[in-house]
Amino acid sequence: MIKQALSGLKVIEFGNFMSAPYCTKLMADMGAEVIKIEQPVTGDEAREYGPFPNGERHHEKSGLFLYLNTNKKGITLNVDTPEGQKIFNDLIKNADILVENNPPKRIADLGFDYPTLKQLNPRLIMTSITSFGQTGPYRDFKAYALNTAGMGGQTTRTGEFEREPITPPLSQSHYQSGAMAATATMGALFSRMSNGAGQHVDISETDVWATIHHGHGVHLGIFEGRKSIRAGHRTISVYPWCILPCKDGYMCLIAIQGYQWKRFLEAMGNPEWMKDERFQNRIVMAFQHADEADALVIALLLNYSKEELFDICRRNQITFAPVRDIAEVANDPHFKERGYFVEIDREHIGLLKYPGAPYQLSDTPWQLKSPAPTLGEHNEEVYCNQLGYKKRDLARMQKAGVI
Amino acid sequence: MVRYPLESFRVIDFSWVWAGPLLGEILADMGAEVIKVETNKRLDSARLTPGRSTEGPETDFIFHSINRNKLGVTIDMTTEKGFELIKELIRISDVALDNFSPKGLKRLGLDYEMLSEINPKLVQVSLPAAGQYGPLSDIVTYAPSLGALCGYSSMVGYPGERVLGEQTPYLDVTSSIHGAFAVLAALYSREQTGKGQRIDIAQIEVGASVIGEAFMEYFMNNKVLGTQGNRIRNMAPHNNYPCQGDSGWISIAIKTEEEWRNFCEATGNPQWATDERFKDVASRLKNQDELDKLVASWTKEHMDYEIMELLQKAGVAAIPCLDLTERFSNPHLESREAHLHVEHPATGMDIIAGIGFKYSDTPCEVRRPAPMLGQDNEYVIGELLGKSKEEIAQLVEEKVLY
Repeated sequence: MIKQALSGLKVIEFGNFMSAPYCTKLMADMGAEVIKIEQPVTGDEAREYGPFPNGERHHEKSGLFLYLNTNKKGITLNVDTPEGQKIFNDLIKNADILVENNPPKRIADLGFDYPTLKQLNPRLIMTSITSFGQTGPYRDFKAYALNTAGMGGQTTRTGEFEREPITPPLSQSHYQSGAMAATATMGALFSRMSNGAGQHVDISETDVWATIHHGHGVHLGIFEGRKSIRAGHRTISVYPWCILPCKDGYMCLIAIQGYQWKRFLEAMGNPEWMKDERFQNRIVMAFQHADEADALVIALLLNYSKEELFDICRRNQITFAPVRDIAEVANDPHFKERGYFVEIDREHIGLLKYPGAPYQLSDTPWQLKSPAPTLGEHNEEVYCNQLGYKKRDLARMQKAGVI
Repeated sequence: MVRYPLESFRVIDFSWVWAGPLLGEILADMGAEVIKVETNKRLDSARLTPGRSTEGPETDFIFHSINRNKLGVTIDMTTEKGFELIKELIRISDVALDNFSPKGLKRLGLDYEMLSEINPKLVQVSLPAAGQYGPLSDIVTYAPSLGALCGYSSMVGYPGERVLGEQTPYLDVTSSIHGAFAVLAALYSREQTGKGQRIDIAQIEVGASVIGEAFMEYFMNNKVLGTQGNRIRNMAPHNNYPCQGDSGWISIAIKTEEEWRNFCEATGNPQWATDERFKDVASRLKNQDELDKLVASWTKEHMDYEIMELLQKAGVAAIPCLDLTERFSNPHLESREAHLHVEHPATGMDIIAGIGFKYSDTPCEVRRPAPMLGQDNEYVIGELLGKSKEEIAQLVEEKVLY
């Protein structure tokens, strides 16, 4: 087996649902050894989320859980028992990284706060992903992905002007905070290489939205009074920047440069209306005549399927693209040639395709070595082989509700 | 003494516009020496956004925000001497970053075979729309096309209605964050192996990776998820609701039965909790349209922050949806330094994005504003590459440093 980029790195995940699991998935898929701690019996919430085969609920068959937990080892541990706390501490002593997404108050109550854990392992990097961060007036507020996206600025840009703003689909907030957490944790590893010390990495899901995603435009709001405008299928900037129907679906039309728009009209046979004085300046078009322009463009688009249009656009270097649905992407020859979707065999679920590598590293590639763990699958391996417990200890701890 | 996480690393950044520069920004915020290579012959179009850069290429706030902490050189690498300088920079760099198309990269002579020969320890990362190979690898796109091609946009719209699609550079930013992780993993690996490598990022594959749930649904059940609106599988209410007057929209999400009871109690509508239609999450999901109307009838009578305070006290997740200026004046975001005031020689003062991660011990901060064109030519060409003042003057004269 080819050595992977993060081989040898030991990570403990004390997380739940999406953000911390996505963070440690990125690490595990690059070769880190991730031990995922789950609550005995109930396990990770994502196990109850779905999608399930034929919609039938089963805690070993949730698609989201299977996707977010590839390449990890799974153990059960009840950290609310004294013995569970002791085991948690033993795991921490041997780890490089702890990733968690619990409310700050819960972590403090358990005695798993960074200053305490640092005493056990000064090299430990502890990464905490929360809705609002470890400081600030909203620190202990409750929020889900919907709420952090709303506060962080992602929501007010999407939807129709008069109707409710639309949050990004499928809980994007958690992917964003998870990916940022993985990146920031790597930074802390480099710090540790130079000074030998671990530290606490504080990831606020709201901050991730409000800064790297939406902090750049705030200046325009303050000094020029700009607002985030929801314009439905459009961005009001230059025309075209919109999504319009064609014969069999939707096309994404965007031309920042004038020549891109010209080439499109040319490819459509230079319709007479392009000479109309309303359509000479594309900024004026965007602000004043977008509805009229849409109607005329749609009339052209309806003559073609989206793949026919994509062909025309690619041949003429026009920057438009088809809006592909999930089935089309899953069967797209591009993704196929790059080996993006990978097939995994797993107990309870059998062979199934999953989304694969978000990036390709030439020498230490993304790899799928094992599917998501069943609940407590690696108890024996971790407790007996790594921490030195006997098999009869496991039976006793199970009875006592510790694991 | 090393203070910043990546202080000992040098990045040569050839990238443009959003995704590439933001990846460079993350590394720069962590303390890497990121050298942005530009040329007056063809400016980064982010310096020239219509409506923002009315006073020339040094005044675009967004450019300033996504390029802070970087050094700037102007080298015309299409000249022979310019290309030699690039090669010398590659020799002393740890990372080379670009978002050219595979063809463009070859044309400029920056393909990995060439660069790794000059510097085998180099990590080269490229993040074009569709990667270095595959049938789509030559496409030219803007951010919204990425959402269209990876399936993401097909899910953006009101449930059961037409596709509205992602209008923001959401997937560019997502690619930057993932890309930065891949670069740091490759650098970490280099500590063990001593070898650099090539990282090929297709932004549309990063896009597919953050909608994993939709693909799992398709592969499991052959079911294609369409426009999602504000719906989620396991929660109701789960929506953005209108507030009193013009005070905006409030996001409310309720997962547990306890939250639901608390919500009904706190809003003065205990009868909702016992209503057959809303008795458990399955019922609430089934009757979500009616439920949303009821919730909205209550939220419309109250101001956004007032609702937040009331419901948070009751343990219910309620947070206003904030616009640009509303975020700027939000006390929590202010305490988290989500926006920073930075002096810039051309504009006086910019408000730029804060840093999206915090360390307990190592500082991450804005150490310098975004570079003016060619601002660091002397340091980079003189000090790092050891050219004399006369040589530099000659290179300027010949429009190599341009």
